[in-house]
Amino acid sequence: MSSGWKQGEQYVWASAAAVTVTFAILVTLVVVVLINGLGFFWPKRVAVARLTDGSLVMGELSDRERIPDSEEWRVQFRTGNRDLYGLDFRWIEERNIAELTYPEEAVTLERQEFGNFYGFLKAVQRGDAPRPSAGTPWAVLGELREFVEEEAETLEAMGGELADISRKMEGIRRANLKLAYRGEDSNQAAIAANDGRLKDLRAGFEARNEDFSARVTALNRTAATFTDVSGKEKETPLVMIVRAYRPNTLSRWGKIRVYASKVKELLLGDPRESNTEGGLFPAIFGTVILVMVMSVFCIPLGVVAAIYLREYAREGWLVQLARIAVYNLAGVPSIVYGVFGLGFFVYGVGGTLDQLFFPERLPAPTFGTGGILWASLTLSLLTVPVVIVTTEEALSSIPVGVREGSLSLGATQFQTLVRILLPMASPGIMTGFILAMARAAGEVAPLMITGVVKLAPALPVDGQFPFVHLDRKFMHLGFHIFDVGFQSPNAEAAKPMVYITTLLLILIVLFLSLGAIFFRNRMRKRYQSAAF
Amino acid sequence: MTRQTDMQTATPFPAAAPGLKIADAILSIRNLSLFYGETPALQDIHFEIPRKTVTAFIGPSGCGKSSLLRCLNRMNDLVDNARVTGSIQLDGMEINADEVDVIGLRRRMGMVFQTPNPFPKSVYENVVYGLRIGGEKNRTVLNEMAEKSLRAAALWDEVKNRLHDSALSLSGGQKQRLCIARAIAVNPEIILMDEPASSLDPIATARIEDLIEELKRDYTVVIVTHNMQQAARVSEYTAFLYLGELIEFNKTNNLFTHPEREKTQDYITGRFG
Repeated sequence: MSSGWKQGEQYVWASAAAVTVTFAILVTLVVVVLINGLGFFWPKRVAVARLTDGSLVMGELSDRERIPDSEEWRVQFRTGNRDLYGLDFRWIEERNIAELTYPEEAVTLERQEFGNFYGFLKAVQRGDAPRPSAGTPWAVLGELREFVEEEAETLEAMGGELADISRKMEGIRRANLKLAYRGEDSNQAAIAANDGRLKDLRAGFEARNEDFSARVTALNRTAATFTDVSGKEKETPLVMIVRAYRPNTLSRWGKIRVYASKVKELLLGDPRESNTEGGLFPAIFGTVILVMVMSVFCIPLGVVAAIYLREYAREGWLVQLARIAVYNLAGVPSIVYGVFGLGFFVYGVGGTLDQLFFPERLPAPTFGTGGILWASLTLSLLTVPVVIVTTEEALSSIPVGVREGSLSLGATQFQTLVRILLPMASPGIMTGFILAMARAAGEVAPLMITGVVKLAPALPVDGQFPFVHLDRKFMHLGFHIFDVGFQSPNAEAAKPMVYITTLLLILIVLFLSLGAIFFRNRMRKRYQSAAF
Repeated sequence: MTRQTDMQTATPFPAAAPGLKIADAILSIRNLSLFYGETPALQDIHFEIPRKTVTAFIGPSGCGKSSLLRCLNRMNDLVDNARVTGSIQLDGMEINADEVDVIGLRRRMGMVFQTPNPFPKSVYENVVYGLRIGGEKNRTVLNEMAEKSLRAAALWDEVKNRLHDSALSLSGGQKQRLCIARAIAVNPEIILMDEPASSLDPIATARIEDLIEELKRDYTVVIVTHNMQQAARVSEYTAFLYLGELIEFNKTNNLFTHPEREKTQDYITGRFG
């Protein structure tokens, strides 16, 4: 028997193996997500396959696999053109393919509706756009798209104005509702005045709206006709085209530009096609705001509770009981918190607020429905045990000598706490913050019943007074993964989006944690004493 | 902590040497007992500490010398189940009374601990900490007091160019002198030292001892030490405690040369402890 065995070396090896396995799983997860997520946006070439029966198939080659129980292979074409054929993907056995070509003229079209289109450009209809300088249809298409984009921006601004007006009208309507609800006679004059303003606004709204609709119709006349591989024609207004490129002729630089524009859309754009395409901005924003609001509630609450438990409460069975209760709260399933949040915050607190302050709007709820505030509060309950535990640990690891030093100089317990203990405990508190944040950002279950939605009409923070609307519903990356991956009618097409969303969620948690770790290290440098 | 105050002045001083008369006592301790829960830590301690001298408490580990020191500025209040009976008078004021302003009391007694315990702040902020919590905001006053205290603690020359560096970057001996400066800065009457040199090397210890020599001109110093040579070097009076009882209290010279009790004799000659 070797001496290593006697010295217990096998246990060292076993623990090293455990670490390796954990690490390998983590790395695999990240690599899988990275490859699938990052590769998705790289523009793929479009192939045209002539089958042995003479028919043609066009699309991106998206997968290749062995046919079970044979030596044959089959390839998956992403054929797009959902509006024409209803299916996005098609499996074709390789032996049925007579010829595979990559025609230079092939066009990939990303559209606002019906997903990608693969085909050829046939003609361009100018509509009301200025006459383009002569050129190939492809060049004309580019020129017209610039015009359409500008026009679309103008229209968007006009739409914003319309929305402003209708919001104003809604405000007046609500004010009237309130006045009428109070039912005092003196209010009649005010109601009448409001009605007058409403009428003016409505007139203005209708005039603008007519103009707006006319311009939208006109813009739709600028269109392009494409043919698919079998010759079927499809006319598409240029406004509906998000991106058009000829992937088989794109240079590397051109591909990078397409890639960059897709990433930009992902980070800053709104989702399309029931979230399976387009951007994730509302979900990213919702996640970050959720975590921030959650921190605003859970950090002070947790820190104060920990201070009481550790510094002021006299040790005894009651404190022990409280501590055990807190530790165990961390293990309660998150859906239970969700149910509690729904019952207590949404229906209890929110419902009461509605009855007290917005009775005239009932039964339509204002606060008595899921929203980012209630979701944040629910999450902060979920994460507060973590903060309490880490803060308590941090406070208890401060050497007794430092406390006594402060007290012996005539400091009160509170002065000692604020001037000495809290700064020294701050790295520990930050650790709690990091853990709480990581946990909160990844939770989905409690959110689903306290205010997360598939598609939120507006962000919780925007340019409208009072700028922060915590009663609004919101989108969240975690829920997005669940929704797009498992609730979408077109799961195959949505798969890359799930990877991308996962990647983003991981990145956001990483980014938030790194920020907190940076601050923690700075605090450590300042407050950590090597002397004890 | 619970406290019982009784002023039994009639009890004689059993531990004090017969001829010992303290002319000008700043602290008089009478029938002081201390319990942690039911366990007695000090029993019926009875003696007086003279003003502007150095008094040393000696005795083997666990004899209660640190506990006694911590009774003087009521640091035992912080221990949940500690209970004190008997009386300690600071210039005639009973410090064990419930209505005593503990904060004010502690500001009259600086304390230096066994392990140097500077706060994780700059050298300057450490020294002025006591003043700041006392509400002093005037920068000139703070600066003056900082310099004065650091000079008094014989640290000024070493740190005057790095006042705003972290106190944690100082050496062990410097840290301990910083803690002394911090205690001096609030202008106390008494400085309590709990084995201030036990974690220091001989050179740093010598500097602290020199400093104690300086300090006794302005302050009453009470020092706990397990090192009899140190007690002999720095103190004028020495109290020997054993198992929670005051065995003997006398002038240091007399105690070490002509101990009155057999226990003292045994301890100073190294037969136990």
